[in-house]
Amino acid sequence: MPKAQLFITCLADQFYTSTLQNMTHLLEKLGVELVFPPGQTCCGQPLFNNGFEDKTRAVALNFMQAFAKSDAPIVGPSGSCVSMVKHHYPELFPAGTPEYNLARDTAARTYEFTEYLVNVLKVLDVGAVFPHKVTYHASCHYLREMGLKTEAKTLLGAVKDLELIPLKEEDTCCGFGGAFTVTYPEVSRAMMENKVKHIMASGADTVVMCEPGCLMNVAGGLHKAGSNIRAMHIIDLLSAR
Amino acid sequence: MTTETIPYIGFEEYSEHIPQTIPAAVQQATSRFVGGRAARVSELPHWEQLRQIASDIRLHTIDNMDIYLNRFVEKVQAAGGIVHWAATAEDARQIVLQIAKEHNVKLAVKAKSMATEEIELNHALQAAGIEALETDLGEYIIQLAGTGPSHIIVPAVHLKKEEIAALFSEKLHMNAPSDPIELARIAREKLREKFLSAEMGVSGANFLVAETGTMVMVTNEGNGRMCTSMPDLHVAVVGIDKIIPDWESLTVFLKLLARSATGQKLSTYTQFITGPRREEGEFGPKEFHLVLLDNGRSKIMKDPIGRQVFKCIRCGACENVCPVYKNVGGFAYGYFISGPIGAIFAPQMLGTQVARELPYASTLCGACADVCPVKIPIPTILRHLRRRVAQGDEVAGPSMPVPIRAMAGMASMALGWNWIYRFGTGILPFFMSVFKRGEWIPSAPYPLNRWTKARPLPPFNASFRNWWRAHSRVARENTK
Repeated sequence: MPKAQLFITCLADQFYTSTLQNMTHLLEKLGVELVFPPGQTCCGQPLFNNGFEDKTRAVALNFMQAFAKSDAPIVGPSGSCVSMVKHHYPELFPAGTPEYNLARDTAARTYEFTEYLVNVLKVLDVGAVFPHKVTYHASCHYLREMGLKTEAKTLLGAVKDLELIPLKEEDTCCGFGGAFTVTYPEVSRAMMENKVKHIMASGADTVVMCEPGCLMNVAGGLHKAGSNIRAMHIIDLLSAR
Repeated sequence: MTTETIPYIGFEEYSEHIPQTIPAAVQQATSRFVGGRAARVSELPHWEQLRQIASDIRLHTIDNMDIYLNRFVEKVQAAGGIVHWAATAEDARQIVLQIAKEHNVKLAVKAKSMATEEIELNHALQAAGIEALETDLGEYIIQLAGTGPSHIIVPAVHLKKEEIAALFSEKLHMNAPSDPIELARIAREKLREKFLSAEMGVSGANFLVAETGTMVMVTNEGNGRMCTSMPDLHVAVVGIDKIIPDWESLTVFLKLLARSATGQKLSTYTQFITGPRREEGEFGPKEFHLVLLDNGRSKIMKDPIGRQVFKCIRCGACENVCPVYKNVGGFAYGYFISGPIGAIFAPQMLGTQVARELPYASTLCGACADVCPVKIPIPTILRHLRRRVAQGDEVAGPSMPVPIRAMAGMASMALGWNWIYRFGTGILPFFMSVFKRGEWIPSAPYPLNRWTKARPLPPFNASFRNWWRAHSRVARENTK
């Protein structure tokens, strides 16, 4: 029986409890034995991406220690947070130190949710039914840092009654970028409004993505634009029956 | 030497007052280039290998800069060219002015050149009473408008044809139609007589081939050839980062450049200039001067991460795909090179005191690094420069305002110390519920008010941990 540790990410922790519950149910239905390390907080990406590498180290150490009690894979609902652990943790510590070795070990067993499903469990169909027109936003770190080009669409392709509709500029950033939204709010707004414009023009009634950050941004933008289009995390869509 | 004070680059302030015509014009032009580039790249199955080879050549050349520069200079001199070394922008201006004065120059015609934008040569020439005329159509337009370039290869990309027609009508005292072909014809007519009477031609170069002392110019309009061959005097101002080892390397870069820039296989003109003309009747100027510009480059080349900015071949592909650039335009960056490459170039050239906002002018989406033909890891360098701004490094102390740094210190505790994180997570839903209206928080207090300016915030609701405790208890009981 496969085992995995839930990496809930601070953003989903604050805003998307039901997505985390759905992630738990989906993985347990697939026979994964889950643990939730309560010592986890944030992966440290907000500090790292804003130039505070020194301050990131303590946060990263807390994360790594929280997940070191088991050697089971670490699975999270965000390509961006997972990429932080997978690609940037080893950059934080000098090669050869115990912290570096721990970072390498942690990085090697950390997976984004759809990556874990498709590439580790080899599950392409989770038995979801979703009779809607759905368009897909390819999140930046999920796509470019993690290199996950096909996983989400593979899973969506297996959803019963789902019609996948192409999105213009599908892989253009939605304007989230973490602190970018509050550092340059007007630029972030312009980028978000472009994304929302394309989603509204697509003809879909649902837009799906694999990133809580983009989800907050796009869902808020659609609401502000008075649109009824529903923005969803892929986990919630894959939980629909 | 005059002391130059560099004004602070206020990206945020600019971003709050962007003329609405700019994003529309920029997006229209750049999406055309993005499509063209994609088509050309798909024709070359070994594109990724070419990028890697180009990147390797650049890094090798930076590592061996002295060797290749010396080889290049020897060859230029052997071909009869005169080489000048300019340590600073001011040195470069003085060298060009001196040459112009010695030759009694009244009018200089200029080919498109980023190096002369960098040293703001036009101002210096005009201050000395020498007319400096831009002859590239885009440069001609922005010279009339009195601005710098807003894109590396399309300097007037921010202007719509109607705006250009209005500019021509006003500055050239005529009634110009908003037809691109007609506008180009007007400019060509105005420029033709100037080419014939100019005493000096000024250009930059795309590459300097060390093997033979040849400078290479990649252009589309033909004006570059006029500037470098019609006047008897040709002065080229070129950054030392343009050097490449040999002609074999050049073939790699030529395959990458036009495809990445305009979606052409090759530009209309590719010029190779090795010294002045050697005998009467031969094509080219009597006298050829080459000003090799350092202006801080050799110092930046010592920074193992930052130096990768000098792999750049100035194709503009990163600007064309950058969603930030496409929504703010080039002027937001306050520097002659804009977009993602400008955001890693300006803070290194001008320092992180004046350009501290630029490394943050990105969502780190990575689209730029994906298209860069020489594989500059732009997000990595942005993070590197953010470190310099936020906490300081060997190059410069921190330049981020103290209150923001203090906030980051608090954030690191809130995010990293489990008990503070849990405490915050516990009280936030209650504290923020005051601001909740229906399913959303339409207006939040500082600093999240900057989020809710553009879109509402979902309510804070951290209840997974409690749920998990109950869930795992049930699961345990079920397995008993």
